[in-house]
Amino acid sequence: MAEISLRQVRKSFGSSEVIKGVDIDIADGEFCVFVGPSGCGKSTLLRMIAGLEDISSGELRIGGRVVNDLPPKERRIAMVFQSYAIFPHMTVRENVAFGLTIAGASKAEKETKVAEAARILQMEHLLDRTPAQLSGGQRQRVAIGRAIVRKPEVFLFDEPLSNLDAALRMDMRLEIGKLHQQLKATMIYVTHDQVEAMTLADKIVVLKGGEVMQVGSPMELYHNPANLFVAGFLGSPSMNFLDVEIRGVQGSRVLVANSALEPVEVMPKVGTYTPGGRARLGVRPQYLTPVIGDGSATPPNAGRLHGTVALTERLGAETVVETTLSDRSRVIAALARDEVYPIGAEVTLAFKPEEAHLFPV
Amino acid sequence: MSVIDPSNRGLQLATRYVVLTLIAVIFAFPLVFMLVSSLKPDDQLLRDTASLRAFLPVGDLSLQNYYAAFDRAPVGTFILNSVLVTGVTVALSLFVCSMAAFAFVFLRWSGRDLVLGVILATLIVPFETIAIPLLLVVSKLPWIGLDGFSLGWLNTYRVQIVPFIADGLTIFLFVQYFKDLPGDLAEAARVEGASNWQIYRKVVMPLAGPVLATAAILKFLVMYNQYLWPLMVVQEEGRRPVMVGLQYFFQLNRAWGEIMAYLSMITVPVLAFYLYMQRSFIASIASTGVKG
Repeated sequence: MAEISLRQVRKSFGSSEVIKGVDIDIADGEFCVFVGPSGCGKSTLLRMIAGLEDISSGELRIGGRVVNDLPPKERRIAMVFQSYAIFPHMTVRENVAFGLTIAGASKAEKETKVAEAARILQMEHLLDRTPAQLSGGQRQRVAIGRAIVRKPEVFLFDEPLSNLDAALRMDMRLEIGKLHQQLKATMIYVTHDQVEAMTLADKIVVLKGGEVMQVGSPMELYHNPANLFVAGFLGSPSMNFLDVEIRGVQGSRVLVANSALEPVEVMPKVGTYTPGGRARLGVRPQYLTPVIGDGSATPPNAGRLHGTVALTERLGAETVVETTLSDRSRVIAALARDEVYPIGAEVTLAFKPEEAHLFPV
Repeated sequence: MSVIDPSNRGLQLATRYVVLTLIAVIFAFPLVFMLVSSLKPDDQLLRDTASLRAFLPVGDLSLQNYYAAFDRAPVGTFILNSVLVTGVTVALSLFVCSMAAFAFVFLRWSGRDLVLGVILATLIVPFETIAIPLLLVVSKLPWIGLDGFSLGWLNTYRVQIVPFIADGLTIFLFVQYFKDLPGDLAEAARVEGASNWQIYRKVVMPLAGPVLATAAILKFLVMYNQYLWPLMVVQEEGRRPVMVGLQYFFQLNRAWGEIMAYLSMITVPVLAFYLYMQRSFIASIASTGVKG
């Protein structure tokens, strides 16, 4: 069993605090992704779990044991580095077997385990090559092979795909997902790529400036972001935000509007609002649809935005329309079909109130 | 459209080799002069310096100068002493200095940068300034050897070896090289369970070929050319190295032929060592040529 828990974990370099009291629980066998913009502390946090960085204060437990002061090798972890960090002077076989060699495993044991890892990663034919003879994707496989061969309880991945090209990245992403299902080990995966986060994770931890912004399943975070940062960070293109004023509050319903937005009643999930105040209204580009004809096809309670088309990008399956609203703010709509919108054309975009998010400012 | 004319390419190659050969010849002249002169009697040697004959093995050639050199000084002992002192110092120096550099680059400890700064500062202190204080120190140092306890290190091999094992330049070379190694390698090894010694032994040192060769060559040259220090601390003939031995040929009647013979004999080990290291130098660069 290797559940992981962080309690008020902090890290300072000199006088600057980079991890500011983080609490995270990761269940045994869970695939947890740390995501956030660069400099948010996600890699530092991973390195603290690995034992490569000291923990300034707080408590880190792996499998119930407090491991704050244990060296990496006693934490039963394996780590895959962004640079792969495979040893250039050893063959693939020696690289994969490195941890076993260090642990003093017998030759027969090493051979069996290396063969098994090579089979799982389909790299039997690479075992006698040196790293210089491998492509980026193959090196990544070797790095993962070195990690799985010792059967650690926890796998740590530090942006493992960021050095690969787009096509290979997708392949390896699928493979890492498969590997998780096969090994059923606890995995922590650091990335700045939200697609990797959304597709791989059982649980996403969104970090910003050394603090946890939100923890939850990918869909939880996508549909119910707890704050503006998470709402804007996940999803592509990112969520549109409008400055709105509160026209009225009735129970859990809040009536909002601005000069470009007809009054609409939304049901915010976070924050408290008072009439006359201001708030930010978020709508994902995918949930904006143009109003056709006299608008009779659009439900009467829908939110309506008025503006002119500033730019269209036709991607085939999808059309991205950038619209300048009458208050000069911009929104992006992603329409799920190929359509032509002439630049400068007047357009009204509608959204369902239940698909809008309201955040306090 | 570019057509490569093979004969043109051949010409280019030939030109390149001619130029390189000329440069090599210029650098080889002093060595050739030394070797050729060592075979000539003194009067012919001096006469030949007026012409190109100085570089040609012509006239009355014999190994007489070599026999005479051996009669005049214990050449074999000097060479053996130098090889022993130099070899042991180079080996210990590579080991100790690389370990020190490992501690400076891969371990975290307070005061690390300060200590490294102090070590680097010693680079600007000429040896001559510390020679006398060092002499006073080593003359009183205790030692426990096979023949029991003794005081004072003068007239020993260790007095020629120990003060030169650790030096700022060698540590600096290793530090610079280690800093350029990808830091992830050491961390990956640590996560895989390797101790500091195992990281040093199995990951860092196997990748240190080029710097080992460089440091070994530089250290070898310094040690093999030692003159002042052994002159100060070793009076006993049986412990003296080659450069001090050169004195024997400048006392009494000066014999240039014998000097050339002696120089030829003490130069051969240097050339042999350099050629040997050059091969491993190139090989180690090739083996670490790994793309990121």
